Amino acid sequence: MTMEPGTVPAPPNRTAWQRIKKWFLARPWAARLVVILMLFIAWEIAARFFVDKIFLSPPSIVFTSLHTVFETNGVPRALEISASEILVAFLMSVAIGLIVGLGVGLNRFSHRSFMPIILLLYGTPQITILPLFILYFGIGPASKIAFGVSHGIFPIIVTIVAGVQNIKPILITSAKSMGASRWHIFRWVIFPHMIPSFFAGMRLGMTGVLLGVLLAELYVSTAGIGYFTSLFTQSFNPTKLLGLISVLAAMAIGLNEIVRRAELHYSRWRMN
Amino acid sequence: MSASGDRRRASLASRGMQFAFVVILVGVWYLGTTYGGISPILLPNPVAVYHELMDVLATGEYVSDLRITLMELVTAFSISSTVGVTLGYLISRSQYSIRVFEPLFAGMYSVPVILFLPLYILFFGLGPASKIALGVTTSFFPIILNTIAGFGYVDRIFVLSARSMGASEFQLFRWVLLPAALPIILTGLRIGFTVALLSILGSETIASLAGLGHRIVQLGEGMDTARMFAYIAFVVVIALILNMAVSTLEARAKRP
Repeated sequence: MTMEPGTVPAPPNRTAWQRIKKWFLARPWAARLVVILMLFIAWEIAARFFVDKIFLSPPSIVFTSLHTVFETNGVPRALEISASEILVAFLMSVAIGLIVGLGVGLNRFSHRSFMPIILLLYGTPQITILPLFILYFGIGPASKIAFGVSHGIFPIIVTIVAGVQNIKPILITSAKSMGASRWHIFRWVIFPHMIPSFFAGMRLGMTGVLLGVLLAELYVSTAGIGYFTSLFTQSFNPTKLLGLISVLAAMAIGLNEIVRRAELHYSRWRMN
Repeated sequence: MSASGDRRRASLASRGMQFAFVVILVGVWYLGTTYGGISPILLPNPVAVYHELMDVLATGEYVSDLRITLMELVTAFSISSTVGVTLGYLISRSQYSIRVFEPLFAGMYSVPVILFLPLYILFFGLGPASKIALGVTTSFFPIILNTIAGFGYVDRIFVLSARSMGASEFQLFRWVLLPAALPIILTGLRIGFTVALLSILGSETIASLAGLGHRIVQLGEGMDTARMFAYIAFVVVIALILNMAVSTLEARAKRP
């Protein structure tokens, strides 16, 4: 892209190609759109001419027949249940994570005692105990919520502890020397400092909750989303399968985006 | 002197607390299952779990499942690290392509990849291929994003000074770009490895014919809970060892 020394600057009557190139160089988002469009075109061509219809449907058909996914008996109900499971699991993770995070982060003794245990649990692959959740909580929403909480709670605890620990001791000392009570210190020093890490933890927690709930949903193939994905897979119906996956992916991206926006909004005060 | 003694006493108290926590947990588990009348199908006795674990280790029946899971992991990680680092390097060559591609990959990264498992099962069947595909998809994004971040944001002053001292393209890469980018790429590779392991275990749990995740589900469905607990403990230890090994490798490679 850099100009070689000695090249003449382009004359004003450039060719159309050069003008297009310049337009795209100034707008990376347009080039990004072209890349996405090309991916869809490649998918369309592959599905129409090269891949067997029982494995892959072209995007045009997937998106125009999206309504048939919702018309399938039971799918809207299953999506509704999944969404409510994600919501409940997320709220529970935030509530429990906040309480445990504050309890562990604000006390040095409990921090030293329990933080290694929490980090160890965070590092274990929870997917291995998924069958236990089904065994204890059944195949209904309870097991999915519990599994979602088990994935969402640890990132929230860890970020809240880190946020509480990162407060400069000088701030607390100066508040104390000015005669602040414990509650005042919490309300006016610790709480405002916690907010950015709280929202960062919520975002990571949401990613975890989505993973946990979807894993449990896919694992239980006799009810809910998992039933329909395995139904569409086994009946070789890629159109509906891709439609259902797109709806779920859109749901996941939307939920992530809401939490990410909230995080950006509430950590602004620290940046300026 | 007394301050360090205080600290030692405090850390000793924390160790004691951790020890007490584990002992109470196992004690309640033991007493509850021995005298509390909890069904062994729901929660097996820890002693029974220990015996099953010893049996699993002694008979070596874990070997075939472990081999399959590790084979899937190694294949998936080799593919995603090769493709991710190469593609990331090529993209990082120009600021323009970084600005085109990086938001694209970052956006895709927020989709839970596990959603594609039914699709991969449709494409690749229930065998190892669908697990490898899922492992590749999961680990590809952290690896390529970190590679772009590593190579793309090397301080320009280093590149300029190397150029002005007459460094060749290869010398520039070997002595400036690579050392500057390596720590960030290694972090990406570690994250990629961890999530590949998780997604492979997960996909084995959801739908498969073999592997450690499959074994756990099979025992759970057969209500052989004690042996399932033994396998869970086995897999957790394997996963912790693998993660620790990768973290250690990362830390060692980062040391200048």
